[in-house]
Amino acid sequence: MAGSIPASATASVTAAAVPRVGPWQEAWRRFRKHRLAVVSLVILSLLVLAVLVGPFAWRLPIDEIDFTARLEGPSWAHPMGTDDLGQDILARVLYGGRISLAVGFAAMMVAIFVGVLVGAVAGMAGGRIDAGLMWLTDLFLSLPQLPLLLLIIYLFRDALTQVVGPELGVFILIVIIIGGFNWMQVARLVRAQFFSLREKEFVEAARALGASRMRLVLRHILPNAMGPVIVAATIDIAAAIIAESTLSFLGLGFPPDVPTWGRLLFDAKDNLDFAPHWAIFPGAMIFLTVLSINFIGDGLRDAFDPRRVVAS
Amino acid sequence: MAQPLLSVRNLVKRFPVRGGILRRVVDQVHAVDGVGFDLAAGETLGLVGESGCGKSTTGRCILRLIEPTSGEVRFEGRDVRALTGNELSAIRRDMQIIFQDPFASLNPRMTVGAIIGEALEIHRLAKTRREREAKVADLLETVGLRPDHMSRFPHEFSGGQRQRIGIARALAVSPKLIICDEPVSALDVSIQAQVINLLEDLQEKFGLSYLFIAHDLSVVEHISDRVAVMYLGRIVEIAASRDLYAEPLHPYTEALLSAVPIPDPTLKRDRIRLQGDLPSPMNPPSGCHFHTRCPIAEKDLCDTRVPEFREVRPAHWVACHKRG
Repeated sequence: MAGSIPASATASVTAAAVPRVGPWQEAWRRFRKHRLAVVSLVILSLLVLAVLVGPFAWRLPIDEIDFTARLEGPSWAHPMGTDDLGQDILARVLYGGRISLAVGFAAMMVAIFVGVLVGAVAGMAGGRIDAGLMWLTDLFLSLPQLPLLLLIIYLFRDALTQVVGPELGVFILIVIIIGGFNWMQVARLVRAQFFSLREKEFVEAARALGASRMRLVLRHILPNAMGPVIVAATIDIAAAIIAESTLSFLGLGFPPDVPTWGRLLFDAKDNLDFAPHWAIFPGAMIFLTVLSINFIGDGLRDAFDPRRVVAS
Repeated sequence: MAQPLLSVRNLVKRFPVRGGILRRVVDQVHAVDGVGFDLAAGETLGLVGESGCGKSTTGRCILRLIEPTSGEVRFEGRDVRALTGNELSAIRRDMQIIFQDPFASLNPRMTVGAIIGEALEIHRLAKTRREREAKVADLLETVGLRPDHMSRFPHEFSGGQRQRIGIARALAVSPKLIICDEPVSALDVSIQAQVINLLEDLQEKFGLSYLFIAHDLSVVEHISDRVAVMYLGRIVEIAASRDLYAEPLHPYTEALLSAVPIPDPTLKRDRIRLQGDLPSPMNPPSGCHFHTRCPIAEKDLCDTRVPEFREVRPAHWVACHKRG
């Protein structure tokens, strides 16, 4: 920051030497100081890249049954081994990763959208609307999630499947219900941010200029509230991937022929004694993904929190 | 006096205090308790008083950033409190505000160009992007910054520079009145003088009126034509700046002025030390708000009857039973 005293006519020139740093560049600079987060970002990028282009490079089909190669351990032909039908696990893990990650990101989007909406309305309106929305938030927080998830899927899976097909139907259903059960923390965060930000002088200044409510929210309050929301979003992705795995593991997720990571674990559980590789590889993928997303969330929190001193 | 630019009468703002499980209103903070004054075009009215006496609330009530509880605010004869929607938005082109804290008053996620240009955008004062940028560049030069500062973010500037940005934002809509809410209290003394000089230059150039809120009496004396002294939500004295400083009439003004340091260590002066603390605005004293600390208060008069605001000398108004 230019620290010198500005001359009365033209202000200081010292700032000219400093390169352009916007808030986002500054956040990125701080994020890079968090070594684990950077490593995690690399790992997660590799994982995403692998599931996106992997199936084109590793061309073994996910559903080719080969009884001559049942429950084989890792080999050059099958780097992650095969399952009880002789299907290649690497191909299935790569394909399943697409679904697991897609569910994770999509459910996060749903959670953030609902959370920001509820939080913003509560934070702007205050009074009774705020009290009502927070009551709703608390209600959702106190619901027993897993039994409810199972019940909803049990009730609606068939109806939705008939309309849009089994894979897409289950995908939409799972994304909506996982997202629909994960927005509460975001809503509370956003509401708290709104309460403090709307009293800030720069918001008052915008009001004094005659800015509409919409402009206040979109230009002044929301951009300044997004830091903690982005952190919460990363954690939500991890939570959604775990939730999807849990559902699939309980046999209530995608149809049996769609290999998500959770489904692979579900299929592998009866063969743990003599084919541990079957469970280890998809399990490791879930573990790696969730761990690296959590570290990235950690790094983002440091990056967005200006009070936290990061060694330069 | 001809029609004043701004005329405030009996302005009252009470904040409810909620308590208990049902969050019922259990008490009220009398932040502003019947304030009235006139402000002429091109004039600077200083508003002084200690922290918590309602100075800033008064300023914000005039702009309707806070809705007043009751009272009348007229700007060029129009009743500001009755305005809605577009009319309110329109009058905000005429009245602007500069804030105390230059670090909180600029949106950290917007560039300086966007911050200043926003006013032009809201009121559609520039047709094209290029025109808007040209106007922002002009404004930056007017407040002593360089046009290429436009693409920078607030955190790249010092406190004094940020205050200049805040001033440029207020100027963008070419207002007639600017409410300066302690605009220099957060700045170094050397920077204070620069910002004060800038405000004076701008007043001359654009014919602005200022309502200058401050607690630094020497700054107020320097910039104001007239000064109003506030105590616990009420104005106790209004006079031309010179008269007030030469001959304060209200005992509170006397005490306040005797606390201003004199830049001469050999001079000694009798300081009037007020007894006790500022009473709570939740439960202000009866009668004259100042009687609990007043050296000349009279029993059964000052503690029971609210003193009338009287013009005891030409253009010198005071609210005291004992003086004038």
